[in-house]
Amino acid sequence: MSKIAEVITRFPVFRKKALQTVVHYLLMILFAFLMFGLILFIAGKDPLQSYKDIFTSTLGSAYGFSEVIVAMIPMLITALAVALPFRVGLINIGGEGQLYIGAAFATFGALTFPNLPAWLLLPLMALLGMVGGALWAFIPGYLKSIGLVNETITSLLLNSVAPKIIGFLILGFWHAPRDTIRTPNFGTSALLPTFFGTRIHLGLVFGLGLLIVFWLVMKYTRWGLEMRAIGSNPQAAKRNGIPLSRYLVIIMCAGGAIAGLAGMVQVSGFYGTLFLNFSISLGFMGFMICWLAGGDPLGIVLMAFVVSVIYSGGNLLQLTRDLPFAVINILLAFTLFIVLARPAFFKGRKS
Amino acid sequence: MTLLSILGVLSSAIFSGTSLLFTTLGEVIDERAGIVNLGLEGVLLVSASSGFAVTYLSGNPYLGILVSILAGGLMNMILGYLVITRKANQLASGLALMFFGFGLSALIGKPFVGEKIHSLTRYVLPGTAGLPLLYTSLFKFDILIYLVIPAAILVWWLLYRTRWGLGVRAVGENADTAFASGRNPHLIRYQALFAGGMLVGLGAAHLTIAFTMNWTEYMTAGRGFIAVALVIFSKWHPLRAIAGALVFSGAVAFQLLLQSSGVQVSPFLLDTLPYILTLVVLIAWGGNRKHSAPGSLGRVYQGSE
Amino acid sequence: MPSQPAPQTNSGPIVSMRGITKAFPGVLANDALDFDIYASEIHALLGENGAGKSTLMKILYGFYRCDYGVIKLNGQPVAIQTPHAARLHQIGMVFQDFSLIPALSVAENIALFLPHLPAVLNVKKIDRRILEVSQHYDLQVNPRALVSQLSIGEQQKVEILKLLLAEARLLILDEPTRVLAPHEVEALFKVLDSLRRDGYAIVLITHKMKEVLECADRITVLRAGRLAGTILRSEAREDNLVALMFEKKLSVLQVDRKRDISESDVPLLELRAAWTRPAGLTPVLKDILLKVHPGEIVGVAGVSGNGQKELGDLALGMLKCVRGRKFLFGMDSTNRSIQQVRRSGVGFIPENPLSMAIAPFMTVLQNMALTRTWRYARAGGLRMDWKAVKDDAERTMQALEFSFPLYVPARSLSGGNLQRMVIVREMSQEPRLIIASYLTRGLDVQSTIAARQALVQARDNGAGILLISEDLEELFTLSDRLIVLFGGSIVGSFAPEDTNVYEVGHLMTGSEGQHVKNR
Repeated sequence: MSKIAEVITRFPVFRKKALQTVVHYLLMILFAFLMFGLILFIAGKDPLQSYKDIFTSTLGSAYGFSEVIVAMIPMLITALAVALPFRVGLINIGGEGQLYIGAAFATFGALTFPNLPAWLLLPLMALLGMVGGALWAFIPGYLKSIGLVNETITSLLLNSVAPKIIGFLILGFWHAPRDTIRTPNFGTSALLPTFFGTRIHLGLVFGLGLLIVFWLVMKYTRWGLEMRAIGSNPQAAKRNGIPLSRYLVIIMCAGGAIAGLAGMVQVSGFYGTLFLNFSISLGFMGFMICWLAGGDPLGIVLMAFVVSVIYSGGNLLQLTRDLPFAVINILLAFTLFIVLARPAFFKGRKS
Repeated sequence: MTLLSILGVLSSAIFSGTSLLFTTLGEVIDERAGIVNLGLEGVLLVSASSGFAVTYLSGNPYLGILVSILAGGLMNMILGYLVITRKANQLASGLALMFFGFGLSALIGKPFVGEKIHSLTRYVLPGTAGLPLLYTSLFKFDILIYLVIPAAILVWWLLYRTRWGLGVRAVGENADTAFASGRNPHLIRYQALFAGGMLVGLGAAHLTIAFTMNWTEYMTAGRGFIAVALVIFSKWHPLRAIAGALVFSGAVAFQLLLQSSGVQVSPFLLDTLPYILTLVVLIAWGGNRKHSAPGSLGRVYQGSE
Repeated sequence: MPSQPAPQTNSGPIVSMRGITKAFPGVLANDALDFDIYASEIHALLGENGAGKSTLMKILYGFYRCDYGVIKLNGQPVAIQTPHAARLHQIGMVFQDFSLIPALSVAENIALFLPHLPAVLNVKKIDRRILEVSQHYDLQVNPRALVSQLSIGEQQKVEILKLLLAEARLLILDEPTRVLAPHEVEALFKVLDSLRRDGYAIVLITHKMKEVLECADRITVLRAGRLAGTILRSEAREDNLVALMFEKKLSVLQVDRKRDISESDVPLLELRAAWTRPAGLTPVLKDILLKVHPGEIVGVAGVSGNGQKELGDLALGMLKCVRGRKFLFGMDSTNRSIQQVRRSGVGFIPENPLSMAIAPFMTVLQNMALTRTWRYARAGGLRMDWKAVKDDAERTMQALEFSFPLYVPARSLSGGNLQRMVIVREMSQEPRLIIASYLTRGLDVQSTIAARQALVQARDNGAGILLISEDLEELFTLSDRLIVLFGGSIVGSFAPEDTNVYEVGHLMTGSEGQHVKNR
């Protein structure tokens, strides 16, 4: 592998850092696809035909492509919810729970004020979603700051509690007339508008917009500078006068707010209703995407896209190749394994 | 609320809690060595699907159990490679393992969905043979259930009364000091992961082969994460895990009992109780000795300079 | 090399080290050292910080490998590669920061290091053995207790028991009394005495005179990596020991001292009866009374580890005092945040720039802005004025004649450049009060002179400086007033011309010289 690296770096164009990064990613993904192809082969399926199916269904048609984008939207936001705290050295593994609670708060808005016009209701729901997520992140953040409990443990526990609270709320108060596991469909003013006759909804603007803002803040502003200083050396940052504890709590809540917004985006833009366990590990997916991308906004967009292609492809594999949808997780896992194992060729991303 | 219904809850808790306890015991060993496994869900699924498949194909449940155990150990070795040798982040690696488990178990288990297997024989609890059939039928347990508490005691003995266990705990608290005492933290962590993985596999075996006796995708339904919470609830101690497993798995049965006796509590809220309890317990004990978590839990051992 | 005086004994040394040389980047820690240890003796290794005492013993313990030199055990040359190997040779060492695991019990901590531990632990047997040994040497401790429940003194007993039960015959103790109360020190010496009578060899690494005179049989003094001398207890006196420890050097920099410091000026920094909270193994500051006036350099002398770091952190606000008060520029600042302290005009040059002052992965220029982000923020914080940062930095760099790259990651700078970077950053904000720890550590001669001149210039412009240093020459040339820190307390305070190196040396090592003036 390192021989290939030597050969490649001999071409001047490949020394440009950004290009190198993209090439790294492509090669990692290629390797993962190869390994998955092997698994398909062992399972008695034709790998080449399977891949052809995956790509034609996702990238071959406009509608297929739009579906990939739709799947990508929540992952952009949940990945950012991990990337922001990561800059100050915090690990936000509570995205799953923050997502649910944000969705619950937003649902409250949708069900309580169905008659508000969309331009009022939607921002209200977004705000509620962020408040819910921030609240859910505040608990572990606060407990950590007073030195009581490790925030990873608290976040994991709260992840498991949140979906049950959703169940309680739906069953107890919000359920649709003949259905106890979901709320009634939201009124049209509570739904995020879609584009071009596809299912791509306004959440895409939220996601990309937030990522751009994140990138700008980190690169140019005073707060970005101070946050990077904290992430780089918290004790030195403290001695240099940067208010450490204040930043940690605020940023943790901000991460939660973003995850909560992802929850709102899903129930308002994608499903149009709230139901049990609607998050298919979206929070954890965001965590993984952030890791794959090393916390870099552009990388997040790329990785979210790749993961969406994989998942959308999985749908088709189920239909045409008689493989359970879950099998596509193997391809995803291989990609993750390769990045985590960080073979010598792929060095450079220091997370 | 009759004696019968209470005993019914107890029986149900024991049946469903045995696999949980085995899994928790395995994770206790791993976390004592300093490694947290968020991929338990995936390990359980792969062990369960392979154990079930082998049981169906061979007709021999004991063979299936053996394969489950092995599968659990091997899955944990993947985590070990990433976390110990490649020094990757434990949380991310665990999650990756979870996704891998989702996919691999679906692939392995697909041909066997809905099939029936020869399960383990169930034996009546010794000393209850004379009671009426209603009662004894509640307490007919398979051999794994009888073995689970001895297993907990074995894990306790292993961790607290053997040289190896002392090394495991030392590595989990402070890998540098363990290294200074002449031990190899990497090797010890691999060993702990394999041993723990075997126990997790045993838990998966009980779930599919002895308890539900079938296989479906995602059948573990969050047991992996419950086990992680349970390890914390038991303060990383194998004997306390016994009580914890009863509490956690009893919650479900308990809520049915409450409903039947007219108490209306949302089943969802009851389900949150174990987690809330764990959190309360953590906060209450948090004042002392750094919440009793092993000192180097989650951190990657960098090795000597 | 003149042969070292040997104790009255028939057999040869159990450990003999010859020509030990060890270099680290930038410093020669051990320079051709010879060292012998005999059975049944307590051999003190005396010297300031940086003299090379710890390094020498860490080489013997297998923690480091020497560049040159030979180590012989009982006459046989050996190569000790790891501490584990050293322990197999029956050599044991207790480090300054103990290597105990708080969550495990005393017995478990000891068992962890036992050489022949059976696969199945016999808990009762281990407990019994611990009780036997601990009773014999008066190191009473409960084997079942968790280490986290023990006091520091008790933890030290466990460390010693660990060595004894691991069958060590040579015990090396690195600054054992640093965190002990006086009565605990007494108890320790009794233990060492009875160990010695039973044939153990003990090496005591220390910088404290009194202890050396009280319990050592032989004393080896190291100075700047070289052997200054070895003397028998019978010939040792405070005076000749201090003379060996501190060398009187000529000043290279003559500095005019400003005479007229008016006591009625409001002090820039004042600490009144300040105490800090005890926290594990770190020193506690006790009853600190300190004033720094404008136009004054107050030098703080002392061996590192006696509270210097804590004093600097206390002045900055990183540590809060639990008793007493702190005043900055005349205002009570006991509870002010570091940002507020810095904003009011305080600069801080810490003793370890890499870990305490800079963000390693950010560029040098970005680091320059970190202490005063508010000053360079524009548009409410949306933008940073990097040109202004650069101008300020370059202005100061020119004035000091320092030069280092601005656009590389900070961690790629050498140690000396890091120090220069921090000096430039702090000086460019023209602070009224400067807290400087080990200002010239790692700098070459030219930069040292430039840095000292910058300090003097700041003082001449009315700034006040708290200069913490181990370099006595630096302190004597620059300070207007000199205080000595020992064991967390101020043990002396005078003008430099009223004292000399030896007197200060006495105070730094805890002994009492002839003239000790108090304020």
